[in-house]
Amino acid sequence: MKKLLKSELFKAFILSIVIFAVLMIGTATSFINSYWQGVLILCGINIILAVSLNLAAGYLGQLTLGHAGFMSVGAYTSALISIYLNLPFIVSLLIGAVAAGIIGLVIGIPVLRLKGDYLCIITLAFNEIIRVIMNNLEITNGAKGLIGIPMNTNLVYVFIAMIITIFVVYSIVKSRHGRAIISIREDETASELSGIDVGYYKVFAFAVSAIFAGLAGGLYAHYYTVILPKGFDFNKSVEILVMVVLGGMGNLKGSIIAAIVLTVIPELLISFSQYRMLLYAIVLIAAMILKGTGKGEQIMERLSFFKKKDEVKPE
Amino acid sequence: MINFINQVINGLSTGSMYALVAIGYTMVYGIAKMINFAHGDIIMAGAYFALIAMGIVGPIPAILFSIVATAALGVLTEKVAYKPLRGKGSLEVLITAIGVSYLLENAFLLIFGSAARTFPQIMPKGTINLGGISIKYITIITLVVTAVCTAILLFFINKTKLGKAMRAVSEDQGAAQLMGINVDTTVSLTFAIGSGLGAIAGVIYGCAYSLITPYIGLMLGIKAFIAAVLGGIGSVPGAMVGGLMLGVAESLTIAYISSDFSDAVVFGILILVLLVKPAGLFGKNVREKV
Repeated sequence: MKKLLKSELFKAFILSIVIFAVLMIGTATSFINSYWQGVLILCGINIILAVSLNLAAGYLGQLTLGHAGFMSVGAYTSALISIYLNLPFIVSLLIGAVAAGIIGLVIGIPVLRLKGDYLCIITLAFNEIIRVIMNNLEITNGAKGLIGIPMNTNLVYVFIAMIITIFVVYSIVKSRHGRAIISIREDETASELSGIDVGYYKVFAFAVSAIFAGLAGGLYAHYYTVILPKGFDFNKSVEILVMVVLGGMGNLKGSIIAAIVLTVIPELLISFSQYRMLLYAIVLIAAMILKGTGKGEQIMERLSFFKKKDEVKPE
Repeated sequence: MINFINQVINGLSTGSMYALVAIGYTMVYGIAKMINFAHGDIIMAGAYFALIAMGIVGPIPAILFSIVATAALGVLTEKVAYKPLRGKGSLEVLITAIGVSYLLENAFLLIFGSAARTFPQIMPKGTINLGGISIKYITIITLVVTAVCTAILLFFINKTKLGKAMRAVSEDQGAAQLMGINVDTTVSLTFAIGSGLGAIAGVIYGCAYSLITPYIGLMLGIKAFIAAVLGGIGSVPGAMVGGLMLGVAESLTIAYISSDFSDAVVFGILILVLLVKPAGLFGKNVREKV
């Protein structure tokens, strides 16, 4: 078993190096133009968001709708540090991620006592409160948005951040802690009776999820150079949730593929953009109705056949 | 002091609209044990149905049409999206409900565009002055309509045979089925009543704010949900009281603190209620059994 795990990691490692080399050669020879570089950066950011949400929603089984809120904490913190303190980009990214993690911890400890619908709504409420605060603070420049963020994000940073995210979440999930997290999803009472500290693991998974959302937010802020509070509202949280649901709850490869598909498709079909949200809605409903029926599993199996090939490919 | 009373009355008016929507949430929760996330968008649909109908017929038939059409839409969403999921986990139902909410919002966005539509002013304008306190007619009408609707609903649930069936299904679905109650029909009926009340709330919203967009459903729905939680989800009188309290709290925040923070205060109330008394004011405390 350990051997298999190692070889799977090893394959993924080789694959990511190959993809990285292809991307670097592609950008150096301007085979990948700046437009597609932008799309790839967005793919990477969305992969980080989807994979991290999957840890909380998929593996832990606690549906939260506040992911965009954590993303905005990371985005604003790192952006303000870049603007006012002039620290290196990596430091501001890390501080942004840690800030999002702390907020995740502060919100998570009281909130994770709730379950299901209530948890969903209360995280949504926190998302909105964070947005209202960002909208009214002087330092964030309110609804006009924070401008003048240095454009530091490039493909290399996004790629490395993405690989780290996938690696960390994968390692957690495959470890003893991951099995504890999954057992909480399957049966909370039974896992508590087996001696698993349910409260601790819930907050742990939630905070890790928030940290990476903050990281994605930092990358996002330093790519667009302008951030608005309304860019991190309920709709953004749902968008990330759609990626997780389409890829399969508790399926890392699925989240990666779904994040890529849902980023690239709207870019390819610009004229289709007004139907994008409608498509998301149909995806959510259809995925849930098909889930557990034979049809859904068949489609998923087909998808997982492809997934194996493209494990961590960002295009 | 007079200003304060005026603000409270304003709050009661908004609050009674929340109450009408919250009743829909609470009823569906009681019967189907699910939170119908799309309920806010059903209300938006109700407002649009009324708007279209008023272009053709007079206000009263238009409102009646809107109630019927919205009730039909509610039943349709239940049959298409929620019924196949009955008996599955709450996570699946919740995600589906979010999907339905998005579907309705974006379908209306495609049909009617994102520009705000002016809602015809069907209610009499003007105010009554009572010793410095001015009350708008629309406030009085809203309060009366809400009170009448709640009274009829309470009578229906507590005194009629169908209402008894609804209470039975809410108590124990399996046992109700064994007693010969058609659970499917009862659930559909609940959705129809909740959506029909939503249509009335939609018309009141249109009259109160005079502009409607496809986006109004989301916030209205979430606030009404908070009202339902505040009153104790599953309880009709609780939804009424919760709605009124929420409306007053919101109105006082706008008047005395800042309109920017009114949403934050509303959400703060939700967080407080969920953390301190999750069962709400009128809710039953349910012990969890293993």
